[in-house]
Amino acid sequence: MSKLKIEDLTLLFGHEKEKALTLLKQGKTKAEIFKETGCTVAVKNASFSIKQGEFFVIMGLSGSGKSSLLRCLNRLIEPTSGSVILNKVNITNLDDKGLQKVRRKEMAMVFQNFGLLPHRSVIENVAFGLELQEIPEKERLEKAKSVIDLVGLQGYENQHTASLSGGMQQRVGLARALANDPEILLMDEAFSALDPLIRKQMQDELIDLQEKMHKTIVFITHDLDEAIQLGDRIAIMKDGEIVQIGTPEDILTNPATDYVSSFVEKVDRKSIITAGSLMFDKPTVAIYLKDGIEGTLRKMRTSGLTTLPAVSIDKHFLGFVYLRDVLEIKAQGEKTIKNAIIKDVPVAYADTTVEQMLPFIAENGRVVPVIDKDTHKLIGVVAQTSLLIETTGINWDHGTESPIDKIHKEII
Amino acid sequence: MIHIGDYIEQFINWLTLNFAPFFDAVKVVVESIVNSVEWVLMFPPFYVIIILVAFLAWKRTGWGIMLFTLAGLSLIWGMGYWAETMATLALILSSAFIALLLGIPLGIWAAKNELAGKMIRPMLDLMQTMPAFVYLIPAVLFFGLGKVPGAFATVIFSMPPAVRLTTLGLRQVPKDIVEATRSFGASSRQLLFKVELPLALPTILAGVNQTIMMALSMVVISAMIAAGGLGEVVLKGITQLKIGLGFEGGIAVVILAIILDRITQSFGLKTSAKA
Ligand SMILES: Nc1ncnc2c1ncn2[C@@H]1O[C@H](COP(=O)(O)OP(=O)(O)OP(=O)(O)O)[C@@H](O)[C@H]1O
Ligand SMILES: [Mg+2]
Repeated sequence: MSKLKIEDLTLLFGHEKEKALTLLKQGKTKAEIFKETGCTVAVKNASFSIKQGEFFVIMGLSGSGKSSLLRCLNRLIEPTSGSVILNKVNITNLDDKGLQKVRRKEMAMVFQNFGLLPHRSVIENVAFGLELQEIPEKERLEKAKSVIDLVGLQGYENQHTASLSGGMQQRVGLARALANDPEILLMDEAFSALDPLIRKQMQDELIDLQEKMHKTIVFITHDLDEAIQLGDRIAIMKDGEIVQIGTPEDILTNPATDYVSSFVEKVDRKSIITAGSLMFDKPTVAIYLKDGIEGTLRKMRTSGLTTLPAVSIDKHFLGFVYLRDVLEIKAQGEKTIKNAIIKDVPVAYADTTVEQMLPFIAENGRVVPVIDKDTHKLIGVVAQTSLLIETTGINWDHGTESPIDKIHKEII
Repeated sequence: MIHIGDYIEQFINWLTLNFAPFFDAVKVVVESIVNSVEWVLMFPPFYVIIILVAFLAWKRTGWGIMLFTLAGLSLIWGMGYWAETMATLALILSSAFIALLLGIPLGIWAAKNELAGKMIRPMLDLMQTMPAFVYLIPAVLFFGLGKVPGAFATVIFSMPPAVRLTTLGLRQVPKDIVEATRSFGASSRQLLFKVELPLALPTILAGVNQTIMMALSMVVISAMIAAGGLGEVVLKGITQLKIGLGFEGGIAVVILAIILDRITQSFGLKTSAKA
């Protein structure tokens, strides 16, 4: 179910918005429009929808319009055109009261610089949203207390926020948002101001919390590692435009543009790429009780492979057969490949990461079988070369020139 | 020749003529405020007031100012200017109170509304640079002689810092805090009272302090239109060339100024230290 739907949303900063909109329709770029009208195109025709319970990350370089887009969702900034639809209600049409209600009950926000009230204690900050809703003091403090426990701020209730470390302050920020029990959490670079270690810890805690809460989260970051770790899906923005939306793996394996690949190159792919995306799904296999010894040898000959995965007729993975062993049992006069099957081999599942498969490389000359978790049927194999490419991070496909190409260019 | 003076005179006359009932009402209200404050200050025996003020000074600042208060106020009493000092104090406190009552909302308005801000600013400049004596003329025309026109001139002269520092304080509230507050669905009222004013408070209190000090600086001038108090003592010293009398009045004003300044300043400091 789509929780939040953004339709053709555009945001311009500047005076000649009408003219800039027309130019935008004509397909002019951000730079051209700025030159002609002085308007900044902060967000350009953004359309996407976010599912209930989804962790949606918006990523992009500084100035790409992430914060602007996020602020259009709760109308801290009024979008120039387009609509934001929350649970079938068009937020862009709401009056002040309606908007207030959405902000109080349905969307709460966490900020990069925390935005806490320095004249109030931790618990008063956490209860602030409830106070704005005019909920009686006793009730709101109780609620605040329970959220404080949830985010690990016990014992800090009566401290002034200014005396807390960054990580603790952001816990207050998060608790303040959660105290409202919103359906949607908007987080603008919530962890960007924190030290790497604290940041990692907060990310992990947010993931744990999300497993319990199942909120719909829109999270902004300029860090792809963070996006990949947190996001169910990632939208990548450039110059106000969304250039790609997809799961972390989609983005890593099929970057839509050079811009996206330039991000992707910097990522530690080992822990993200899975067997499922690397595998070759129609491998040549020796089918036990069907191919027999002659059939197996023929397959080896035509494919040029000396090792084949062996499967049962209904595709259950049985092990590997080696040319040497098959020839040997043939000489012994066996009919089936049964005695040639080596079953003591490691297997991967579709979601096994490259990092986890690394130890398998040690054993030479073999593909890694990928089997279904439940049925144990063979669904594909991963070639060792793919594994090696992923681990060394060298991927000549995306723009970089291979050294051999270079040598060829220079010499031949 | 351009006779701006003529126009202003006509305008003031027109005001006096057409708004007489209004000015009368204002006069009654202001007079009763000043008189009640004066009554409160004069009703208890002098030592009670001295002890109370000294206690407040000790609470807010410490021993030094407390001792100064004890000594200073006792000296005033000893010189025989207790009644005049209390009259002056009543006039200053009432005027400052009215100036704040008008000035702080004006300051809020100027901070919230760009157009209002643009219009109020030159008016404040005018009010502050115009020689304070000039206010005496319309004051007398509107209210006759006495404490009320004195308070009127004092209010006009001392209001600008209250307006200015309120506006400044509100403008200085960090944008990200305002944004966070709005994101949680605060109404403009809630934003103002729960966030902006509390955060601007140290600056606003600095404005309060300045307003009181400006009001004090009007003591002698307002005595020219028979507002009474210590100003009258100093004025007598000047007009009758009684140097001793002039200085005695002057010393009493200075003592009052130091006590008021330190005590009101402490409020601003304490709040900003807390925040
Ligand atoms: N109030 C504003 N007035 C004019 N231009 C603005 C305003 N706010 C943002 N912009 C412009 O809009 C564009 C998008 O800015 P935005 O802050 O949304 O980017 P961002 O992706 O959040 O960047 P960062 O990572 O630095 O936070 C930028 O070109 C910025 O200069
Ligand atoms: Mg930003």
